[in-house]
Amino acid sequence: MKHPTRKATRHVNQNEGLVFEKSSPGKTAWKLPPLDVPEVDTERLLGASRRTDLGNLPEVSEIEIIRHFTRLSTWNYAIDLGMYPLGSCTMKYNPRVNEVVSRLEGLANGHPYQPEKVSQGALRILKTLSECLLEITGMEAITLQPAAGAQGELTGLLMVRAHHQTKGDPRKKILIPDSAHGTNPATAATVGYAVENLKSNAQGMVDVAALSAQMNEEVAALMLTNPNTLGIFEQEIHKIADIMHAKGGLLYMDGANMNALVGKVRPGDFGVDLMHLNLHKTFSTPHGGGGPGSGPVAVKQFLEPFLPRPVVITQPDGTLGFDYDRPRSVGRVRAFYGNFGMFVRALAYIFANGPDGLRQTTEDAVLNANYIRKGLEGTYDLPYPTPSMHEVVFSDKLQAKQGVRTMDIAKRLIDYGFHPYTTAFPLIVPGALMIEPSESESKEELDLFIEAMRSITEEVEEDPEMVLSAPHTTRVSRLDEVAAARNPVLRWKPQG
Amino acid sequence: MRYLPKSPADRRAMLNSIGVRSIDDLFAPIPAEYRLNRDLKVPRQMAEAEIVDWFRERARETGADHPATFLGAGAYYHYRPVIIDALISRGEFLTAYTPYQAEVSQGTLQAIFEFQTMISELTGMEVANASMYDGSTAATEAVMMAARLSRRRSVVVARTVHPEYREVLSTYAAHQDMPLVTLPYGESGRLDLKDLERAITEETACVLVQSPNFFGTIEDVAAVAELAHRKGALLVVAIAEAVSLGILEPPRQADIVALEAQSFGVPLGFGGPYCGVIATRMQYVRQMPGRLVGQTTDRKGKRGFVLTLATREQHIRREKATSNICTNQALMALMATIFMTVYGKAGLEELAKQNLAKAAYAAEQCGKHAKVLFSAAPRFHEFVVQTSEDPRAINNRMLGHKIVGGLPLKKFYPELGNAALWCCTEMTTRTAIDTAVGFIAESERSVKSAPETDAEEVAR
Repeated sequence: MKHPTRKATRHVNQNEGLVFEKSSPGKTAWKLPPLDVPEVDTERLLGASRRTDLGNLPEVSEIEIIRHFTRLSTWNYAIDLGMYPLGSCTMKYNPRVNEVVSRLEGLANGHPYQPEKVSQGALRILKTLSECLLEITGMEAITLQPAAGAQGELTGLLMVRAHHQTKGDPRKKILIPDSAHGTNPATAATVGYAVENLKSNAQGMVDVAALSAQMNEEVAALMLTNPNTLGIFEQEIHKIADIMHAKGGLLYMDGANMNALVGKVRPGDFGVDLMHLNLHKTFSTPHGGGGPGSGPVAVKQFLEPFLPRPVVITQPDGTLGFDYDRPRSVGRVRAFYGNFGMFVRALAYIFANGPDGLRQTTEDAVLNANYIRKGLEGTYDLPYPTPSMHEVVFSDKLQAKQGVRTMDIAKRLIDYGFHPYTTAFPLIVPGALMIEPSESESKEELDLFIEAMRSITEEVEEDPEMVLSAPHTTRVSRLDEVAAARNPVLRWKPQG
Repeated sequence: MRYLPKSPADRRAMLNSIGVRSIDDLFAPIPAEYRLNRDLKVPRQMAEAEIVDWFRERARETGADHPATFLGAGAYYHYRPVIIDALISRGEFLTAYTPYQAEVSQGTLQAIFEFQTMISELTGMEVANASMYDGSTAATEAVMMAARLSRRRSVVVARTVHPEYREVLSTYAAHQDMPLVTLPYGESGRLDLKDLERAITEETACVLVQSPNFFGTIEDVAAVAELAHRKGALLVVAIAEAVSLGILEPPRQADIVALEAQSFGVPLGFGGPYCGVIATRMQYVRQMPGRLVGQTTDRKGKRGFVLTLATREQHIRREKATSNICTNQALMALMATIFMTVYGKAGLEELAKQNLAKAAYAAEQCGKHAKVLFSAAPRFHEFVVQTSEDPRAINNRMLGHKIVGGLPLKKFYPELGNAALWCCTEMTTRTAIDTAVGFIAESERSVKSAPETDAEEVAR
């Protein structure tokens, strides 16, 4: 039989359906070893608890699974493909040796409750990483338990509260600059604090006079990101710390941007009382499409009694162990000891760098951001001319005259082979383009990026519609997010 | 430094074009008195081979040669099909960011959509999120969600919920004005329904139970739901062992399910990262924390996926968000998605059956020599064994034969005396079971005649 001639417009791997749509009863991708104990009568053992129908789970073969997920993977942008200039996200190279060591038998299969005497290696990793992070931050005690940065913030604020309560002075408010990440106010609310906004000054820094005026005995702490989300180092940090401490408040540092400081300056030395780190930013653990993160919290000695339990200790016989007997602890924020697999990777990264590599990494990150700033200054509006550290924030003010906004430019950047920068954040810059190259980009890659960004501004003048309808080279064009939220379809269901 | 793609000449050229003389000029904003003018005291830069060696040694010290384990208690040793690591190691998955830019993130987004679908199917719920940190935080967030939905504050918690999950819950609840009422277990190792009925009041936001519970026993979820709903409270069911869903009726009567999906292909990894997830009814979705992926179309009408209902989240709502959670466990959720796809409908059932059979055999064998508690109620693959001798001493002898025994419960449930929680999975061989039971039998035989040993001493 003759088929009508059809034009192949897309390769089959660009049209991969949902895995459920490939399913057919009887196809399998599994095989269990023969059961070496007697079979059981599940009806008798379980009675009414016996499940009879597992619902719509796929039934496919192994090659189909490999192809399915491999095809899906090709629809992702990734650090391994090119530059990811997402401001505040620190998309740096994820070294492969980290993956290898985290999968070593023993580290990958260690059970969290196995006896301490067969956990000495894992405990040594916890201890060594803790010591490195304390040296890097200039702090005095640490917990690795929080599962992500936001949970680190929560742990930190619980410790702030415990500190004030111990002094018989439970305070009600947390001060947060208007440039802060959304997690800061969300966390303060979760812990039951009222949030008070702190305005930035014309240089994009904390307005010290305003802070002075707003600081009082009701304020438990200031949550400060330094460098802040504009990529600006808070140059009056010593005054900020003094103002907080003079009235009994604490200085919490959001360490999201610690990659601008490692090896050059230590928060513990400039008055920070406690801070969290994001191992998936500064310490190269992979983002994995949105997680896992890891958010250790480092503190000054006076907060040490409040650390979540357990903490790692050296026992009288020299072996390592967990100490659960911590009566003043804020409690536990996660089962077990945190995202251990990320500790392995972060420590491998620190080893690969050493003190010289860590410092060079920071210097290159700051060098790259300033190179981009220089390359795009004038082409894009720079709302805060204060010196930049590891990232730079422009606005779409010039391009908006043609009706083209930051999101449109970002989408057009995809057609040039780059991931978009962070759009519309921080909130204090209308139409923000927040660009962080990280240290992982070569001069050649940066030059291509600058050229692409300049080229887009020419397109904005010549053919704004082309920019407004970007991207043009991706498998799908701009997706209707409004419809997705209005009529949520959050799972597949069989047809009819 | 081998990760840095710049030559000294590149750096000089870049400094020139920026218009500064040295890199130090770029760090001028940092007040001089705080600058670090020395090397960090961290280990010197290591070669890749040295790094691998160092960690190999740590792995050896972490029982890399102890394949037989009877530990469970919220972290389960299951076989991980090799294609999981083959696929998740692809840089396009491993090194991608959160899929905010949908056009270049369709791979991650579609995989999460498939994850949400499979979790919904398995839990018997209508919708599941893109994952949470782990089971303990998922259970805690589920309780907070129930409090928002019911506009009540008090929480009734079964003591058979994983002790560390309860610790996490009490850490969060302490600062949210949420009183917790913890209910003891009855003779059967399950929540006593009469106690429960008395404990639920008009103030009760929700009841939290775990099933199979910490002792491995299956709770009567339908009866618990009935009692909770009668007084307008919601039911939150935590599930720490996802493989149980292959053979156990899911908690369809629950309002929210908080699942730990570690068993679905996520390595034990000394406790993390794992894969929590919350599933619920569609009517409650706008109070659900965490990321969600939804289906939509592009400008040409083609199907695609986006992160959706973001107005619940911190980056939009700040202090009014449903939760402060920012990340999900995307890579772990991908592992779980691949695992569920490999086993599929028939395989998951068969896998769960093997787990059930191994534990049934082990419990029966243990029961010949020691007391197996809570046998009146059905269980999945964990059971509590009470011995005459401190289980830490027995475990210590077993460790000499490279077997890790069950979890001694004295720390969590001192009233159970010399009890330990044993777990069997498809990885547990009959040989290992017989050997372990031999140690228990030997202990029971000799305990009366042997002099007292200092359990504290030997157990360390």
